Amino acid sequence: MLINQFLFLGAILFCVGVYGVLARRNGVLVLMSIELILNSVNINLIAFGQLHQNVAGQVFALFIIAIAAAEVGVGLAIVMMLYRNRRSIDIDDVDLMKG
Amino acid sequence: MFAADLLVAQNIAFYVIAAMMVFGAIKVVTVKNMVHAALWLVIVFAGMAAQFILLAAEFIAITQVLVYIGAIIVLFLFGIMLTRAPMGRSNELDNGRVAKLVAVVVGAVLAVVLGFALWDGFGDDQFNELTVQRTAEVSDSIFSTYLVPFEVVSVLLLGALIGAIVLARRD
Repeated sequence: MLINQFLFLGAILFCVGVYGVLARRNGVLVLMSIELILNSVNINLIAFGQLHQNVAGQVFALFIIAIAAAEVGVGLAIVMMLYRNRRSIDIDDVDLMKG
Repeated sequence: MFAADLLVAQNIAFYVIAAMMVFGAIKVVTVKNMVHAALWLVIVFAGMAAQFILLAAEFIAITQVLVYIGAIIVLFLFGIMLTRAPMGRSNELDNGRVAKLVAVVVGAVLAVVLGFALWDGFGDDQFNELTVQRTAEVSDSIFSTYLVPFEVVSVLLLGALIGAIVLARRD
């Protein structure tokens, strides 16, 4: 198998995730797109680990999975706070930083 | 002979699963129903676990199923329900037409740049042979070479846990 098969799959999923982050307005759906991005990176790490016969790829993929779990926990807590304070989770409504 | 047959089977499996994953990912970012988006995300994560099996990384595949499909999707479904999201179809989930166009352009440019870089960098590089990297090797590596980063990740998880509780707590 070519290594580029896996790398292209990761790149396509990454781009779809970037589209989701930019095009979605709902906070939970933006978090889902971010998960897509984080997960697409893992396949690159595993593929390179296999290519170089190095176990470090898998170790770093595990770290990314742990970070992703922490990120989604805090992110959903923030979305819950948004909902509680504003009764909506549209991230376009969060524009207090705009001058 | 046997190895060649196995390679053909692996390639077919790869392309079938990859097509399923890309379709699922596009559904996640376009579908009008939030619960359906979460369920399409399960397809993508399950396909990713299958690709890890194809790359002979069994421990990561199991972890992927446990953490992503088991925990993160459930967390998303809780998030959808606790924020009283519209359960049926909704047109409020996406940005306007201009923002979508910008998003398509950004995604396409990124895809072209990444695709060119990958094609230029790795061309026809093949895996020599897929060898199973055993779970024992992974754990040996974590608990010797990468011990300090592992501890840092533990502390980070604890911090994230406490932070999430503090944020979500009613006071």
